[in-house]
Amino acid sequence: MNQFLPPLADTLYDIAIIGAGITGCAAAFELSKTGARIALIDRDGDVAAGATRANSGIVHAGYDPLPGTKMARYNVEGNALIHHYAGELNLPFRETGSLVLALADGDIAVLQELYRRGLDNGVPGLRLLSAGQARTLEPSLSPEVQGALYAPSAGVVGPWEMALAFAQTAVVNGADFLPCCEVTGIRRDGDGFLLSTTRGKLRARRVVNATGAHADTVNDLAAPSRLRIRPNKGQYYLLDKSQGNLVHTVIFQCPSAAGKGVLVAPTAHGNLIVGPDAQDVPDPDDTSTTADGLAFVAEQVHRSIPGLSLRDSIRNFAGVRAVCEEEDFVIEESAACPGLITLGGIKSPGLTSAPAIAKACVELLKKSGLPLEPRKDFRLYPLPVRFRDLSPEGRAAMARKNPLYGRIICRCETITEGEIVDAVHSPIPARSVDGVKRRAGAGMGRCQGGFCSPRVAAILAREWNVPLTEIEQDHPGSRLLMGWTKDPGRA
Amino acid sequence: MKSKKNTTGLPTLHAGIVVIGGGPAGLAAALEAKKAGAPSVLVLERDTAAGGILNQCIHNGFGLHYFQEELTGPEYAGRFLHMVRETPGIEIKTDTMVLDVASLPAGEETRVRVQGVNPTEGYFQVDAGAAVLAMGCRERTRGAIGIPGTRPAGVYTAGCAQRYINIEGAMPGRRAVILGSGDIGLIMARRLTLEGAQVLACLELMPYSSGLQRNITQCLEDFGIPLYLSHTIIDIRGRERVEQVVAARVDENRRPIPGTEMVFDCDTVLLSVGLIPENELSRAAGAAIDPRTSGPLVDESMQTSLPGVFACGNVVHVHDLVDFVTMESGRAGRAAARYLARGATDGGTEPPAVPLYNGDNVTYTVPQRVHPGRLEKACEVFFRVNRVMEGAEILVTSGDAILLRKTRPHLAPGEMERLILPAALFDRAPEGLRISACPAEQGEQGE
Repeated sequence: MNQFLPPLADTLYDIAIIGAGITGCAAAFELSKTGARIALIDRDGDVAAGATRANSGIVHAGYDPLPGTKMARYNVEGNALIHHYAGELNLPFRETGSLVLALADGDIAVLQELYRRGLDNGVPGLRLLSAGQARTLEPSLSPEVQGALYAPSAGVVGPWEMALAFAQTAVVNGADFLPCCEVTGIRRDGDGFLLSTTRGKLRARRVVNATGAHADTVNDLAAPSRLRIRPNKGQYYLLDKSQGNLVHTVIFQCPSAAGKGVLVAPTAHGNLIVGPDAQDVPDPDDTSTTADGLAFVAEQVHRSIPGLSLRDSIRNFAGVRAVCEEEDFVIEESAACPGLITLGGIKSPGLTSAPAIAKACVELLKKSGLPLEPRKDFRLYPLPVRFRDLSPEGRAAMARKNPLYGRIICRCETITEGEIVDAVHSPIPARSVDGVKRRAGAGMGRCQGGFCSPRVAAILAREWNVPLTEIEQDHPGSRLLMGWTKDPGRA
Repeated sequence: MKSKKNTTGLPTLHAGIVVIGGGPAGLAAALEAKKAGAPSVLVLERDTAAGGILNQCIHNGFGLHYFQEELTGPEYAGRFLHMVRETPGIEIKTDTMVLDVASLPAGEETRVRVQGVNPTEGYFQVDAGAAVLAMGCRERTRGAIGIPGTRPAGVYTAGCAQRYINIEGAMPGRRAVILGSGDIGLIMARRLTLEGAQVLACLELMPYSSGLQRNITQCLEDFGIPLYLSHTIIDIRGRERVEQVVAARVDENRRPIPGTEMVFDCDTVLLSVGLIPENELSRAAGAAIDPRTSGPLVDESMQTSLPGVFACGNVVHVHDLVDFVTMESGRAGRAAARYLARGATDGGTEPPAVPLYNGDNVTYTVPQRVHPGRLEKACEVFFRVNRVMEGAEILVTSGDAILLRKTRPHLAPGEMERLILPAALFDRAPEGLRISACPAEQGEQGE
């Protein structure tokens, strides 16, 4: 599929954002409110292809980061912004509230410390609960629970949908999304930069590095930097929607010397998520799951919810955290290379903080001397309304509008052909089967695309007008098929 | 057409019996329901053609019991489609997905209200006097069994790969390892080989295959494909596409044994690790589900816990042979027609149903309960065992009393067993019957 992408035109951009994860997409969104000419670049074929699609999907309340840090500030600000954007951009978002459980001696003191931090950070509505109060809220909690910290402003969001809504809004406001475009060199060029990529060269006045676990190596392309990423992998179980009501809030374990604990939460999509563990890995792209990691998660979760059964698991996955030497986010203009803005070390609560980090990025760019004026014709591009979320009458109206909304392709998630076709023709088009999954939800369910992926692949082939055998699962090169059964060239 | 209460304002169709699913189960149920006098039968099928999964099962071996002939899947489905077409009063709507099934209170003429959608008619509802659930089953996935490793392209359920090859004419891969020795996996080992791909191994977690012996012979042994029992995949490698699979032998607790690893260079992994009845609609409608079958609890007539709602085929329990699906579904269709004819006057003074219990080594029975008064002569019971037994006895007991004893040369979890219980047996066991299986010599001692 990606061989059909043209080489880059010789465009001078005001800002090149490298990395189309949640941080880069939020930055593009915020910057597209100005008149700046923006390129949002990613080495992968889609937005949200890295850690953004492999994390807990939690909108943290903000009691965890140390007061006075960037993390504390952007977390609380980002939480409020996501509440706001959820309506404007039709994000899958639920304000579920969260509980941190005290499960061992000494945990109560930690909860009290988190409570104080939360007050300092400006987290609204925090309450310390007795064990009984916590169990009234969540009846399936372990009898070992001694108390809990309740944060009503926490929630869950669809991370890749949020990235997509930000990036698509940027694109309809004039930004260019350049997929399959790995940056291999960053060189000073006059008062701007010349970027070498796998799709050719592009020039930009400013560069924003939002490359997550790769932020150190990308910084180093421009100039040696102090940022050092220590990739850290976390593994998860995703459970069937039949288990989505086992808990109603995000349930954390009290952080301790042994780690941040394993969480259980409903997802914005209605599943149940369990994880993660934490394991340092040398390769920032190592998203493999391991038997040990999954076993650890399975064992630890029972400390919180003893009755949880992983029998209804529909998927395991792993994501890589961009942990850095600093305890805080690294959000700065490079001293060694003025004009290069680093959005680095964006580990948890990075997803929550992204909208606030994006605003900080705009300020840094302004400070660097780039004139950024608000544009008057800015418009939002909300995510589409889902057929399955409508009343019978609403569904009937949708199917009348276009017969393709009357054909269900993904039976587990009730996704129509019309929605899949829309995903292929959206401002950032779905190029792969998983691209359709991230936009329309097809293949997210209990059969994991067993039934619908051949049909989704056929729709992609039809809409892109390419042979079925060109269709990819996800990343560039992840071909689904290896030719035809009756290839003339084969014996 | 009588006007009916329509609370939703949706276009409403009316049918005597609505059948959900137009695969082998739904077609047989529709046919037998109509033959038994149902005024009208409407079959709703989600695919673009009726016939269900048979349409992609182009191998032979279907129909030996029912037609006494060896047919391919499409031929078997074709016979039923032909019979349905020859039978006035059965309508099939294809490309139609059912999104809701509701069982209405007793006393209403409409007992079941179904919501569905298709591209030509849009979103509509069907009011019916009875329903037959025949949605079939789905395949267990990688996520359900938690295979560690990377998540590249090239990991398919066997049925998905079968669709690519047999319907789309495309090759899912060239060098494959198959995990699980279920029948679809075995069939696909042969299919891939015939299309020029290499099948390096078939791995089975259990010490025995869950597939039919004839498939092990015809699909693996005849092609020299090794079957590794007590083995599983412990790692999948490759970033974009599968590049390697690491397999290992497992101990009696199904844990991988260090030092027994084997590495296969391959581009494809096929999973044939079990089938799960698709009962999201049944659950939402409120039908009681048997956790052992993952299907609705049914009685001798395949009626679920919801009056007027029947179920048959793989939505109730996973069958090995379509012939038995057909026979079971015919029973469901006839019972639905009888239910419709009796109307809302059904019930009343009949004695309660007799439960069937799972005894030693028996994992489930279908039906799970029997109304003795409604049996004509006998009750057909399907069951499975949890271990391989050479020379086995099947015992039907009530308390300490052995009411029936049958011998079988061979019992295995991969082979569904069938037992005919005479109606008279139930009169001797109002408290319930227990079905057990044991190796023959153990049975002798038990006497």
